[in-house]
Formats: sequence, structure tokens, C-alpha cells
Amino acid sequence: MAPSATVAGPPPSGAGLPASPPDLSPRPRPGETLIKLSLALSAGLSVLITFGIIAAVLGPALSFFDQVPIGDFFSLHDQGGRGVRAAVIPLLIGTFLTTVIALALAVPLGLGAAMYLSEYASPRARKWLKPTVELLAGVPSVVYGFFALFFITPVVLQGWLGLEVNFTNSWAAGLVLGVMIIPTIASRSEDALSAVPQALRQGSLAMGANRMQTTLRVVLPAALSGVAAAIVLGLSRAVGETMIVTMAGGAVKNNSLDPSEPHMTMTAFIAITAQGENPVGSADYNMLFAVGLLLFVVTFVINAISIAIVRRFRQAY
Amino acid sequence: MSLATRTASDAVTASLTGKSKDRDVRSMVFLGALWFSLFFGVVVLLALIIDTAIAGAPRFDLQLFTEYESRINRDGTGFRAGILGSVWLMATTALMAIPLGIGAAVYLEEFADKKSRVARIIEINLQNLAAVPSIIYGMLAVAIMGLLGYVYKGIVLGGAFALALLILPVVIITTREAIRAVPSDIRHGSLALGATVWQTTWRNTLPSAVPGIATGTILGLSRAIGEAAPLLILGLATVRDDPTGIESKVTALPIQIYNLSAMSQLEYQVAASAAIIVLLVLILGMNALAIFIRNKFQRSW
Amino acid sequence: MSKMPAEATANGTHTPHSEAPMTTFVSQAGHEPLPKLPPDPVMETKALNVFYGDFHAVHDVDLAFGRNEITALIGPSGCGKSTVLRCLNRMNDLVPGARVEGEVTYHGQNIYAKDVDPIAVRTHIGMVFQKPNPFPKSIYDNIAYGPRVTGMKVDSMDDLVEEALRGAALWDEVKDKLKQSAIGLSGGQQQRLCIARTIATKPDVILMDEPCSALDPIATARIEDLMLELKDDYTIVIVTHNMQQAARVSDRTAFFTAKPDKTTGNRTGQLVEYDLTNTIFSNPSDQRTEDYISGRFG
Repeated sequence: MAPSATVAGPPPSGAGLPASPPDLSPRPRPGETLIKLSLALSAGLSVLITFGIIAAVLGPALSFFDQVPIGDFFSLHDQGGRGVRAAVIPLLIGTFLTTVIALALAVPLGLGAAMYLSEYASPRARKWLKPTVELLAGVPSVVYGFFALFFITPVVLQGWLGLEVNFTNSWAAGLVLGVMIIPTIASRSEDALSAVPQALRQGSLAMGANRMQTTLRVVLPAALSGVAAAIVLGLSRAVGETMIVTMAGGAVKNNSLDPSEPHMTMTAFIAITAQGENPVGSADYNMLFAVGLLLFVVTFVINAISIAIVRRFRQAY
Repeated sequence: MSLATRTASDAVTASLTGKSKDRDVRSMVFLGALWFSLFFGVVVLLALIIDTAIAGAPRFDLQLFTEYESRINRDGTGFRAGILGSVWLMATTALMAIPLGIGAAVYLEEFADKKSRVARIIEINLQNLAAVPSIIYGMLAVAIMGLLGYVYKGIVLGGAFALALLILPVVIITTREAIRAVPSDIRHGSLALGATVWQTTWRNTLPSAVPGIATGTILGLSRAIGEAAPLLILGLATVRDDPTGIESKVTALPIQIYNLSAMSQLEYQVAASAAIIVLLVLILGMNALAIFIRNKFQRSW
Repeated sequence: MSKMPAEATANGTHTPHSEAPMTTFVSQAGHEPLPKLPPDPVMETKALNVFYGDFHAVHDVDLAFGRNEITALIGPSGCGKSTVLRCLNRMNDLVPGARVEGEVTYHGQNIYAKDVDPIAVRTHIGMVFQKPNPFPKSIYDNIAYGPRVTGMKVDSMDDLVEEALRGAALWDEVKDKLKQSAIGLSGGQQQRLCIARTIATKPDVILMDEPCSALDPIATARIEDLMLELKDDYTIVIVTHNMQQAARVSDRTAFFTAKPDKTTGNRTGQLVEYDLTNTIFSNPSDQRTEDYISGRFG
């Protein structure tokens, strides 16, 4: 159903024997122009979304800083009395704890899976194994959160391991968060490892190294920047994930570094505050956006680092 | 990497070093660790499914689908509102995200000058958007709904805005890959016959890219159907009503699961477990469909 | 449906376009001697220069393409012959960063002038590519594609499809499977389908970019026969790296070579010699042409 307006005009009659000079003048193609314009608008929308996000978050966040001194925000403890409980440092500590636990689990496991897929698996096995690993990323975070709350904490941590952990705690949230980001790290790292030229492997094997030595000493270092970008992307996912930490990580601002205690993260704060009955425009409501702005800035910087690493990596080969 | 080079490298490995080199203790431990890494996630996924299925087993009944959430009849609490809500949200999300995503991808691949500054800005911007936390998209949707003048934002339209914006980068990125996989020979053949760029795209490139686009779109929607965080920001809560339009108050399956998991009564946890299995079946089904389409219909040129 | 006898097209002596049977296997030397330059050129290039970004790909090419003649562009790899060919219907527009200076005229009009529509140019000047590139559609839809997208007024699409397939000596092989996918055809059939697809839009000039390089010798011979038939109705420009092919089919031959730039070392293509094919192959005036023809380089 191409628009009829894009007709290119009659071709020369009697091929090879044009009586008059052929008409090569531009045809008006309003349909084509209209389509091109609407496609360009669709593409431009993605940039508009970024500005929209910034505007949507920045507006209320700036009102918040009119209502509350910035020192109360970047503070370890909420101010007493009836004011806004504005301290954000405890939320950063909560995010930091769960993220570190998640990375401690996901980096070795994700890298291990990537090395197996890239260096050991046959192409046929990889065709099925990689989507299977990626399935882990398809599980909804609310399901992971439920699993952390009702299985990891009571059965694994308190039961099998006999740990003295709270009903909600950073261990469970961080570990399940780690499971969730394994596929991100595995899949991206596998891409980076597979991109290492075959000649490097053959050179190493020809010198008598076995596959383990080749993988660890030749392939992994050669793909290091791609692997680093994968880890940074996993980090960004862990920082931004909401439901797991909201359900299993706790709803208490907590400055201790003990993962067996509950800790509220930035995202959990946003999710929990959003369900409250704070009137639009109040300092409590606006604080949600102030924390959202901080979260956006943190993930934006992390993403920028990841993109920068990938760009340098692409130039290398 | 091609099969040929891989086979060649295997041959080199075998002839130059002998497989025996891979058989020493450290290598075997290393390989074991890699196997463990690969299957750890799968084992966790299996544990999750089995544990949840056992917990939810008492509630695999019809009421799970036909009843609303109930405070009185806890044993018969159901997810009718959430399931219908998710269906409405998905349909509206798809209507918003798919045309926009494909349009943007077609423009970037077929019309835009790829070396231009604008194209590069859009490229980096897309990578960034794909990694923005989903909860932030909820905030954007709140702002959009505010601009449109909606006081109560927990309606189908609000949720669909958040989810559509969330999956738009995924749809654009996978559609671009699908379009890029169509060889330029085909485009040139069409253009050389006097077709316009759009005619070439519409009649040749897009039909060839359909399997890839379908795969990406299904994966995007399967991500959206499990999202809860941005919907919480919009204030989606318990609803005991069927949605009837895009301005209906709505809830979603993940939101209902979240709400019930916060209740102390065991009956609700059982019901939530059963609902999780429903959600997982939906999502795994969508993923399987996407993989099937990718492996079955994607032509190798 | 036409009732043309099958053997008439199969032995390559008759096309639906030609009024009388023609003889094509006579050596070019047996004809009336052609004038040294085409007297009534359909297309000309004047001081044609092509750049890809900073890279100067082709330097100062002046050529004239005679009506109902086959002109061959030959030369070693990287000499710019394909680049020149792609300038003739503005396919170079599709290469990012490509820039063309000088003129390419078609019936006296510069096709690179501001008010010229490249899409209109391509409806008059068709192109056949190195690798057969049938669309993943039925044979019928492949042929009907051009007329459909250009909005050609067609009385009967069935007749047009048959005419084009007969013109490309493919009708007898595919007439019973027009609805089948073109991807199932052999390489040689695919290439003839691409030729049929091109002539279905009734162009004036057909550009062929190494059309036989992906084909076996038998399929190549069929395409060469076809070119000699098509010459009656079309002006043909062919790029080939096969000198025998140029000698067999073409009336005129342009020899290109690549000259390294003194400062950058980039190799810029240039036209060395342009003459009747007989002259180029028997009595070239430039030493480099003679070296190339005799196999001393390239």
C-alpha cells in the first residue's frame, strides 16, 4: 500500500528510441515526504523522552530543595521533630550494600558462564544455552522479590545456613539481585570474548598453552574492556532495580553496614513513598523526585562510563 | 565467528597440543567452575519455579482467574482484575510502542545520514535510555499524565505510557538490528528500478525484517508485562472492577502479586504464588515464541 | 499468452522487440567499421571526478556511450570502473560521503544538476548487479515490481511479465512456476531474472556491473548471448574484469587504471584509453593498455 503520490511518472515509450528528451525533473512526492517526516519525528521522540525525564524529575526536585535545606538531604540522619525526613545518605548505603552483594555474586558467575559459552560450548550448544541464560533476565522483578522474601530469607539464609537475619535484609535482596543481573553480564561478556580474533587463540594454543590458560591469559585480557562494560551495565541494573529491594530489602533507613539488617535503598524509598498518601506538591511528595533525580544521575553516569568503555573497545579491533 | 574457524581452531588444538592438556586437575576444576557458573542461574530459576508452584498448588483453580481480590473470602481471592488489567495495559502499550519504535528504527536505518551528528546523538541517547531504571519511567508518565490534566493517574493510559516509554528503546534497537540484517543488495536492486526509499523499505526491507522485529517486540512486551515499579509510581493499586477503556482505573498482575505479598495472611501468599506461576507461564511462553520465531523464520542470506 | 515457438528464444536469435531475426555471432570485425567515437551518444561523462570523503576515487573521466552499442569498462581492481558505472544512474548517491564533480549527461541533460530527480534517472537507466539479487518474492512479483513502484501504465501485467521474461530468455524455463519464489532459481537464472526485472521498466540504458562474475561458464555464455540480443533495443554499459568477455560482446572498450597519488599513496582511478574494442585489443595506442591486454600486469 505504497502511497500513489510517489509515482515516478511514465517511462519512455518505445524503449531505446526516445523521441524527446526524457523528463528528469523532480516529482512531488507528498506521501513520501509525509512518511519521512513522521518517521523522523518517531526517531526524534527518543531524544524528547530524555529531556522529558529530566524535566519531569527536575521540576519537583527543585521545589523540594526550596522546601528543605540541601544539608538535611545529604545527611546521615533525619532531623527530629515534625519536619520532612529528608536524609538520603542511609538510602545510598542501602543501595551500596545490595549492589555490592549482587556484583560479588554475578560477576564471577556471569563471567564464568560467558567463558564457557564463548570458549568451550559448540556453536549448536551455544545457540540454545545463551537464550536459556537470558531467560533469567525475563523473570519479573516482583517474582524475584517474592522469592527472596519467602524462600531465600526463611529457607536458605535462616534455615539451611542458620544465619541470624531479619525478615527483610540486604543479603537476600542483594543475592537475588545478583541472580537477576547474571544474564546481563554473561551475555555482554560473551559478545566481547567472542569478538577476540581467532588468531590470538591459535597463537596461544600453538605455543603449548591449554584452553584454560588461553582463556584466562589471552582471551580474557584481550576482551577486558568489553567485559568491564558488561559489568558496569550490570551495576547500573542493580542500582536501578526496585521491586526486589522494596519487597525483600526492608523499609528502614539504616546506616549500619550489616547486610543481615533491613536497609531501604533509593529505589525502595521511591516505591514506598509513592504508595503513601502524600499530597502532590508537599515536601514529602517532592522528595520522591529528589531521590529520583539522584538515582537518574547515578545511573546516567554509570551508563556513560559503560558506553565510553565500549566505544574505546570498538576502536581497538 | 563462523563454524569453519571454530572447527579449524579445534583441529589446531587437537593436533598441536592434544586434548590431554585440557585434562590436568586445574583445567578440570576450571571447567567445573564454568559449568557451575552456567547452571547456577538455571538451578535458581528451577528452584524458584518449583518452590512457587508447590506453594501455589492449592490455588490452581478457576477462581484464580474469575474472582476479584477479596478480604472476606481469602481462599477464593482471584486475579481477574490484574489479568484483565495486564491485557489492557499490554494492548495499549503495544499500540503505542510498536509503531513508534519501528518508525524510529526505519528512520535511523534507512533515511538518516548515519555519519551525522544528530544520528550519533540519537544512537547514544538510545543506549542510555535502555539502561534508565524502570521506576524513572513511572515518574515521566506521572508528568505526562499531569500535563494531560488527569488527576487520578492509575488508569490504563497512564500505565501504558510508562510501559511503552520503557520498552521503546528495546523495540527500536532490535528492529534496527533486524533491518540491518537485510542485505543492501536487495535495497540497491529495488532503488535501481526507480523505487523510492520508502517503497523499498515498505515492499522489501520491512517484510524481510518481520521475524526479527516480531522477536524484539515480543521480548519487549514480555518485559513490560512483568513490570511493577513504574506502575507503583502511577498509583496503581487494588481494583475490584474490569477495565472498560483506556481511562478505566486499572491494576496489573505484578501489582496484585506485590500487594498480596505484603499481607500477613497465608492464604494471600498461596494465591500470590499461584499468580506468579500464571505470570511466569505467560512470560516464558512469550520468550519461547520469540526464540522460536528467531530460529525458525530468520533467513540466513 | 504469446504463441511464440519455444526454440525461437532458446537459440538466441529472436527477441520480442526485434523486427527481424538478427545475427549476433558474427565477429564485430565483420560489420561496417564503426566511427571512432559514437556519433550520437546517449550518455556522456565530462571531466567526471568522484570522491569518497577525502579519497579521490576517479579522476577526470570523459566518455561517450553510443546508442544501441555495448560499451565495456575494463581495468585492474580498484581502477574506478565500477565507480564510474554507478555514477551513470546515481547509485553512488547511496554511498555515504560520496561526491561527484563534473557532468554526466543523458540525452544532453546533466543528471547531477540540481533539478534532476535521481529516482527518475533510475527509471530510464537500469542496473544489473554483480551478485544476482532477486527479491525474496515470486518470480512474477520480481518482474512486476518495477512497473508497480514507478506507477507505469500497464494494460496487462501478465503480458508485460511474459514480454520481459522472453526478453531475458528466461520465459521457457519459468513459465510454469511464476508464482514460485525467485530464490529457488539457479544463479544464472537469477541473473537473467534481474535482467528481465530491469527491462520490464522499459529503460533506455542498462548498466551491468560484472554481471557474470558469480556465474559458471555456461550461465555466462547465456548472459553474453542475451546482451548481444538486448543491444538492438538498449544501450548497454558493462563493467567486466574478464577481457575475453569485453572482446566478445562489446563494440567499444574503455581501459582504466589506478594511479597512486605521489603524496598520499591513495590510488586514484583514471581513464587510459577509449576506443573501438577491436582497436583496443589489436592495436592499442597506450603502452599500459597493451601491457594489461597481454597480461603483463593487473
